[in-house]
Amino acid sequence: MTRVLVLFAVFAALFAQPVLAQDTMPPAPYAYRQLEDPAQEAEAQALMETLRCLKCQSQSIADSDASMAGDMRNQVRLRIKAGEDPEAIRTWLVDRYGEYVSYKPELTALTWPLFAAPLALLVIALLLVRRRFRRARTLPGGEG
Amino acid sequence: MSRSDSPAPKGRPWAIWLPLVLFGALVALFLGGLLRPAQTEVASAMIGQPLPEFTLPPATQDRPGLATADFRKGEPRLLNVFASWCVPCAAEAPQLDEMKRAGVPIDGVAIRDRKEDIAKFLARYGNPFATIGKDDISEVQLGIGSSGVPETFVIDGNGVIRYQHIGPIMERDIGTILVELDNARQPL
Repeated sequence: MTRVLVLFAVFAALFAQPVLAQDTMPPAPYAYRQLEDPAQEAEAQALMETLRCLKCQSQSIADSDASMAGDMRNQVRLRIKAGEDPEAIRTWLVDRYGEYVSYKPELTALTWPLFAAPLALLVIALLLVRRRFRRARTLPGGEG
Repeated sequence: MSRSDSPAPKGRPWAIWLPLVLFGALVALFLGGLLRPAQTEVASAMIGQPLPEFTLPPATQDRPGLATADFRKGEPRLLNVFASWCVPCAAEAPQLDEMKRAGVPIDGVAIRDRKEDIAKFLARYGNPFATIGKDDISEVQLGIGSSGVPETFVIDGNGVIRYQHIGPIMERDIGTILVELDNARQPL
């Protein structure tokens, strides 16, 4: 019986979540409030635009209204306010959630093919074109 | 129109199939990516790392709050991230109760929650928690790399995060968690 109830609860949860998975707490202090210092706020904003919201994974925390994104903005702004370097805050989050949390493209052991592939294709294209031109140049000579 | 008067290309007749093979490989790659169900869970990168320092105020009248020091008493514990507004948290309540009855110490972190709502939730679904900390700005949640509710972490006796369970604990998950608790008795 309990198993059926649990199944029902999970099933219901699938549909109810978007409506019910909302807290009624006021947002964190700096979730929707800018920092007092415009230069610091600009730093925070630039960083927040390159951090992924973990609830709505195609949005940055700067764009998202999920309460967790608000809490992440609060963390970012508080840390910037305390004088922390934006890249140190990014590292702090990457240490917790992995590279996935950052939108900033980084050259790593995993991502280097993305950077190398266009260069490799360009080199191959140049070689092919060179061969074509050589053949074209030798052709009239061969006929004449 | 015959190609015989141009110098015959050196023999590699199979090369003509190369573009088609490449195209086929790309189609297979893209189809694989499209058909594989998207992975939306973000696992914590904090497994094997010590808990961050925190001190949370109590979330209920009858249970103390929660601090990092509570996890350094030599015995592995479960840290359950939950909220009264989270429906799957209600679904996992019987399983948490079952583990509590089996003698597993469980501490709760209530995310963005009101005291009266937590009290109602625990009265309705049971209270398996030894301590419950109130985390109004998801400070601990962000600190341990948790990206939703409910999530459950196995913390060893030295305050090191050893295992993460994402989503509600179902009957079938209890075995795994008990094994992980046992593993946490061995030092890393």
